[in-house]
Amino acid sequence: MTIYNMYIFDKLGTLLYYGEWNRLKQSGITKDEEAKLMYGMLFSIKSFVSKISPIDPKEGFLYYKTNKYALHYLEVPSGVKFVLNTDNTSTGIREFLQNIYTKIWVEYVVRNPLWTLGTTVTSDLFKAKLDEFVKQSPLYGTKVV
Amino acid sequence: MVIYGVYIVNKSGGLIFNLDHNLPKIETEKTFSYPLDIALDYETKKVFVAFGQRDGINVGHVLIGINGVLVTGTSLEDGRDVREVIENKDNYPLSLKFSRPKMTTNEKIFLASMFYPLFAIASQLSPEPKSSGIEVLEADTFRLHCFQTLTGVKFMIVAENIQTGIDALLRRIYELYADYVLKNPFYSLEMPIRCELFDTNLQALLDQAEKGGVVSS
Repeated sequence: MTIYNMYIFDKLGTLLYYGEWNRLKQSGITKDEEAKLMYGMLFSIKSFVSKISPIDPKEGFLYYKTNKYALHYLEVPSGVKFVLNTDNTSTGIREFLQNIYTKIWVEYVVRNPLWTLGTTVTSDLFKAKLDEFVKQSPLYGTKVV
Repeated sequence: MVIYGVYIVNKSGGLIFNLDHNLPKIETEKTFSYPLDIALDYETKKVFVAFGQRDGINVGHVLIGINGVLVTGTSLEDGRDVREVIENKDNYPLSLKFSRPKMTTNEKIFLASMFYPLFAIASQLSPEPKSSGIEVLEADTFRLHCFQTLTGVKFMIVAENIQTGIDALLRRIYELYADYVLKNPFYSLEMPIRCELFDTNLQALLDQAEKGGVVSS
């Protein structure tokens, strides 16, 4: 059980926040490029899922897994996207992401008058609270290598 | 337990085989009075619902019939224009039939080649070293399983979320591919698969899987 990193995008694809905990491999490109690549992939997956789905999707894409990690995706109706990478055995990530949205994002970003919509979140309070929330979760915990 | 479809993609991302197994048909017919309480969008090739989903008619559904007459593109079978019929008050009440758009072969080929970069980027953006590409992709309405062979051929199954034993099934399909496709002297590598024996055996395997469990041989 471990949490690697997290991306938060807005509806236009701007990277609002990037948090990293136990990441073991860097992608070899700058964070800026990586965020664009990630958003592009998610955008394509969304369109892919809506086309290939045999019945009308409601929430659409939820997560994907590889042999090493799992990427979980939560999009709220306002278009803010939460992307969390964990190891591929963790469960209950969806509830965890929903909690991050309601308890941390809404409380410490949306209700912060100094934050302008569509800009990178620089608030230290948000960073601290998110860190605390992630580290308290049973999903966190360093993987035995 | 339902398996919706099987796709086989060659190592360069081209769709070489596709089978729709148990695709549900989603069609709704409803009588409307003037003015329409749903918003339609008229594109060059189809008419679809843009806003106002109700009674099983969802956003994104395409118009396939008016008063029992088939709609092809944006005109009716008898030559009238769909837009003119719908916007004319005298034609009401109108019975409109909608359905979820069916994928054409071209769209399937497009989707198959779209999965290829997704698969590669997923492995590049991995936070752990030596990650494979996407193996399972889950949405609320289906789950996609992908198995890549050592030679780079991808076998994909789109199934219901609760369907189990897909991994074994994928390997069985690989066996069928090795037996009936690769040993067929008329088959040229990387090209679309047209082997009758493969079709019949695959169909039998999928039916068996839906009834419960595949025995790996």
